[in-house]
Amino acid sequence: MSDVIQGTPAGTEAGTPRRRAAAGTRAGDLFAALPWIAPALVLIFGVVLFPAIVMFYNSTRDISQSGIDRGPAGFDNYQTLLDFEPIWGVLARTIIWVVAVVAITVVLSLALAQLLNTAFPGRQLVRLAVIIPWAASVVMTTLVVYYGLDPFYGIINQALVDLGIIDTPYGWTKNAVSAFSWSIGIAVFVSLPFTTYTILAGLQSVSADVLEAARMDGTGPVRTYFHIVLPQLRSALAVAILINIINVFNSLPILKVMTGSIPGYDADTVMTLIFKYIQTDHRIDVASALSVVSFAIVLVIVAIYVRVVKPMREV
Amino acid sequence: MTTASVTRKRRYTTDQVGAGTVALRMIAGLVVLLIFVAPYLIMFFSSLKSKREILQVPPTFLPQEWHPENYLTMWSTPETPLVQNLISTIIIAVFATLLVLGVALPAAYYTARFRFPGRAIFLFLVIVTQMLQPAVLTSGLFREFQFLGISDTWFAMILINAAFNLSFAVWIMHSFFAGIPKEIDEAAQLDGAGRWSVLVRINLPLVWPGIVTAIVFTFVSCWNEFAASLVILSTAGNQPLSVALTKFVGQYATSWQYVFGVSIVAIVPVVILFMLIEKRLVGGLTAGSVK
Repeated sequence: MSDVIQGTPAGTEAGTPRRRAAAGTRAGDLFAALPWIAPALVLIFGVVLFPAIVMFYNSTRDISQSGIDRGPAGFDNYQTLLDFEPIWGVLARTIIWVVAVVAITVVLSLALAQLLNTAFPGRQLVRLAVIIPWAASVVMTTLVVYYGLDPFYGIINQALVDLGIIDTPYGWTKNAVSAFSWSIGIAVFVSLPFTTYTILAGLQSVSADVLEAARMDGTGPVRTYFHIVLPQLRSALAVAILINIINVFNSLPILKVMTGSIPGYDADTVMTLIFKYIQTDHRIDVASALSVVSFAIVLVIVAIYVRVVKPMREV
Repeated sequence: MTTASVTRKRRYTTDQVGAGTVALRMIAGLVVLLIFVAPYLIMFFSSLKSKREILQVPPTFLPQEWHPENYLTMWSTPETPLVQNLISTIIIAVFATLLVLGVALPAAYYTARFRFPGRAIFLFLVIVTQMLQPAVLTSGLFREFQFLGISDTWFAMILINAAFNLSFAVWIMHSFFAGIPKEIDEAAQLDGAGRWSVLVRINLPLVWPGIVTAIVFTFVSCWNEFAASLVILSTAGNQPLSVALTKFVGQYATSWQYVFGVSIVAIVPVVILFMLIEKRLVGGLTAGSVK
């Protein structure tokens, strides 16, 4: 488990505090700490935890479209979600979205990291190029793909025709299935940099001596990779996969741009549906109910993260 | 810093491979480079096309006639007040980053240096919030800020961006502070320096790389934020570019050349910032839910 973490600055020999405040009482210690940590606490409570409580409360209220609280609603908002026919498709699509994007991203990143970990002239340039989608706005990256897929003036369509992959330009963004599939592709593209760099960090900790020994023993490169390298990437992969799951689950801009103008709910995930409830239907109560469900899912993933990756070990 | 030494260890230099293998790697590298640069090249070349050419069938890759003046004319379009959107993006990102720095730095320093009751709880809270993003909490944030009467303000988005990026900044700077030997602090204190001046004069210069990393990540993340801005900021002039540019989608005869010109202006600075800290990315930022 420790491989990746050792590669972080946290790995510097200890996060252990060096000194107890001299002769302080426990309450005194806390009091002395407050000026340093209180501003952070205020922000976390006020803007992260409190909205979660507000959201939970609103999910049990009947709120009008203009935002007026008309009293308690029990579980009506949750019932509204269950009665909403497309909800099961939306849930299934959310799972497909997360699993497909994360799985494809991880497999491609493993290959990409392997390449970037070897020596070749121009490697630094390739590494810098790989960073671009990480830093660039996801909205803007998606916009250029959306434009490129236009059936008339789209340059990606034209390229696909020129390459002989399709006969005539196709309106990819006009129907739910093809727009959703392209969205998966974009999500993979923008997730690759972080994942690749996390795996690269893991590769740094793979012992060169062990690789050398394997080579001496005549172990082939494929066997070496699956039996020696990959097992040592476990912790890097755990971090990459869990953080990707969170990011992809929370992702809004790609689907918003790619499928936002398609009528109906055939390309929606939980996240885009929440925003349709907020922005199109002005149903903040139902949106809150769906958000609470999503929040619970995210918390489960965070719990798994804390258990598997053990980020607290360093402190 | 361990990170730096780890990244400088270049084990691959001991690789003994033939020229053929190196050539194969270069070809693979070139393909990867082209794939990652392609969307942004299309963006750049398209931003220099005329309105007629950008909607031309069949499309062109390179502009037939170059229109660099697009970068001046693009700021006044009917869809959205782009100048104000750019100003919004800058103000929100700059002030949110400053707020994060001002709040995270003392917390990171103190938790790395001193033990106090609740310290573990505080750090646990930091880790948990690090995994949360505004999207899932947007409906709660919207109601809260509506109630406080600061919905649709830059201030609200500065608070939101700061709160959700705070954890990563605390975490990364905490690790850097923890890496500085306490003897340095103690020597300074013996010389009569107060706690604050130990932090500012002794520690800050040593943790500078960690601070830069935190600043860059926070800034880039705030610069690109989309979900919360979409709901919280309803006035067109208050919205950042990420939200504003989506308004061009689905229009009849969209001025794509302007969309891409503005995108290039918004993307180039943050990509350069990220490239400056590339070494640190290879070192691994596992502590951070870096997006």
